[in-house]
Amino acid sequence: MAAGVAVEARPQPRGARVSAALWKRAWLRASLVLTPPLAWFLVIYIASLVVLLVTAFWQINPLTTQIVHTWTLDNFRQILTSSTYRGIILRTVGMAAAVTATDVIVAIPFGYFMARVATPRMRSALFVLVLLPLWASYIARVYAWILILNHDGVLNWTLLKVGLPRANIGYTNIAMWIVFCYVWLPFMIIPVYAAFERVPHSFVEASLDLGAKSWRTTRRVLLPLALPGIVAGSIFTFSLTLGDYITPILVGGAGSTFIGNVIYDNVGVAQNLPFAAAMAFVPIVIMAVYLLIARAMGAFEAL
Amino acid sequence: MRERNRFHRLTVTGAVAASIAFVAAACGGSSGSSSTGGSSPSAAGGLGQPPTATMAPPTSVGAGEGQLNIVAWEGYAQPQWVRPFEQQTGCQVNAKYAGSSNEMVSLMSNGGGGQYDLVSASGDADLRLIYGGDVRPVNVNLIPSWNDFLDFMKSPAWNTINGVHYGVSYEFGPNTLIYSTKTFSSPPTSWAVIYDPTYSGQVTVPNNPIQIADAALYLSKKTPSLGITDPYELTQPQFDATVNLLKQQRPLIKKYWDLASQEISLFKNGDVTVGAGWSYQTNTLKADGAPIDETVPQEGATGWADTWMMATKAPHPNCAYKWMQWVTTPTVQAQQALYFGEAPANSQACAEMDKMQKGGCAEWHADNPEAYFQSISFWKTPLATCDNGKNECVPYQDWVNAWTQVTS
Repeated sequence: MAAGVAVEARPQPRGARVSAALWKRAWLRASLVLTPPLAWFLVIYIASLVVLLVTAFWQINPLTTQIVHTWTLDNFRQILTSSTYRGIILRTVGMAAAVTATDVIVAIPFGYFMARVATPRMRSALFVLVLLPLWASYIARVYAWILILNHDGVLNWTLLKVGLPRANIGYTNIAMWIVFCYVWLPFMIIPVYAAFERVPHSFVEASLDLGAKSWRTTRRVLLPLALPGIVAGSIFTFSLTLGDYITPILVGGAGSTFIGNVIYDNVGVAQNLPFAAAMAFVPIVIMAVYLLIARAMGAFEAL
Repeated sequence: MRERNRFHRLTVTGAVAASIAFVAAACGGSSGSSSTGGSSPSAAGGLGQPPTATMAPPTSVGAGEGQLNIVAWEGYAQPQWVRPFEQQTGCQVNAKYAGSSNEMVSLMSNGGGGQYDLVSASGDADLRLIYGGDVRPVNVNLIPSWNDFLDFMKSPAWNTINGVHYGVSYEFGPNTLIYSTKTFSSPPTSWAVIYDPTYSGQVTVPNNPIQIADAALYLSKKTPSLGITDPYELTQPQFDATVNLLKQQRPLIKKYWDLASQEISLFKNGDVTVGAGWSYQTNTLKADGAPIDETVPQEGATGWADTWMMATKAPHPNCAYKWMQWVTTPTVQAQQALYFGEAPANSQACAEMDKMQKGGCAEWHADNPEAYFQSISFWKTPLATCDNGKNECVPYQDWVNAWTQVTS
């Protein structure tokens, strides 16, 4: 009894008082937790986007490249009417689609094997193998491909050794496609694997019990259930390809300009920030549409 | 070598590719709002007086402020001449390396922002800096070595307007024709080789709108009927003919190089056999034992001439003058020329170059600078107003657009 009184008399530490006060006021707790990320989001992200949007309607003085604050739609008009920029947009979107399709085709059997066939030991090993390239710099991996694909590179050396002619694919769009498929593949495999793993085994057994052959089970049960994961992975591969400008610089040849390169050149070379801002809206709009479709296909539940 | 830094920037920004555009746009917005506004001329009209033309330069150099902030090409602030300068003047040099002329213009916007004192600008940036009001007149009487400058480097049109000097010349060099000695047993005599279908898929040229001037220079000799006298001042028909030539060249191009290191590996790996570049690439390749050499063909070449220019809001003007005095001395001029592979503005530097490196003066053409200089058409900003005052030339912005059309 005496001991109990002594405990009550001991002054509470400051931290305990603060946490008690917070415990009583849930709204205060929530706002303290959320304010820093929310402020970050509003100031850094939304504000930048607004500045970007506003800048896209300005122009520059062609000589001094200082921004002239007169409202104009010229930047957007130029993007939409010029066959050059339409070509660049189509090339970028086409490449993003091709890379996504290729990665889906590669990732589905791989993810299926990892999730449903491999032993736990092997699965860990495969995980490491898939993620290992991500530990190396993106630039280093792209340079490795240059060494493989160039005129005197590993590929041509091998082809010549076995008596075949050189494959002149260094510095072409084919080279870019190979490199993109390689660098973004892990971003497709992981969500596809997760999607396959989430399909309950009992569903597969039920399908087999009801007489569906394994191919039919895969097509009618596994793939539809894994689709959200595939779409989720495609968001990564598609958007990463869409926004890239380094691989086109390093691996692309003549005629491999991407949307990102136009933006980069207008920021770094021409100093035409308004035009760069207008061009930056193209991938934003494309991704917005893409995400809406992906959401309709249930990709966000799979993330 | 200047491109190496740009590559570094590239790798750094790579991770945040998208956000860069946002941030840059945000920066652009803020710097734009503080622009010199009304004083900047429109490219449509005459250029008139530079905004800072009436700023009186100092008549004497006072005590150093202890600090000097410079925007420079990589390789322009090497310890071998920066250290002695710091010891002698007490001015601590803080160098910010820029990767391109445009980055320099952007760093120097708003008169250097009260942060930078000097910039080592090339000719294609000079007029933009001068007419943007970002740099101010310099009193060349305070630069003793200026009297020893080669005549054509004293008051060149790219940094001297109406007799007012907006900086002191530094060094110059050409863009050369680089070729594989395996493919060419003797040096090509004409730029025609980079437009020749014989070398289809083996050609590389810089990915830079100013490259249009290279094609215009070639056309000025090949098709005299076009009447091209200055590759940076093209009327619409001349410009269209040049762009047309570049469109025909496009299928021959293996790659438009963005980085000097790219061109080096293209040549080293046998992807290309001929192309346009700088002495830096040739030297690096030769040092590596590659069968590569360079030449300046009969049509001449484009090139760069750098100028140290002083920011309108330079916070350390005395140290800036001390720097301009120091880097124009024969010794530093020679050190710089040998290090970078270019020709010095100071006529006395030749002897120093030979002292530092046997045959160094002849190697970088400082022994015959006049002829060498005449063979080079120096980078300058293409303006809507031609030299004859007529408003019929194609401005730089159109060059950028045309270049995008050709290369994309």
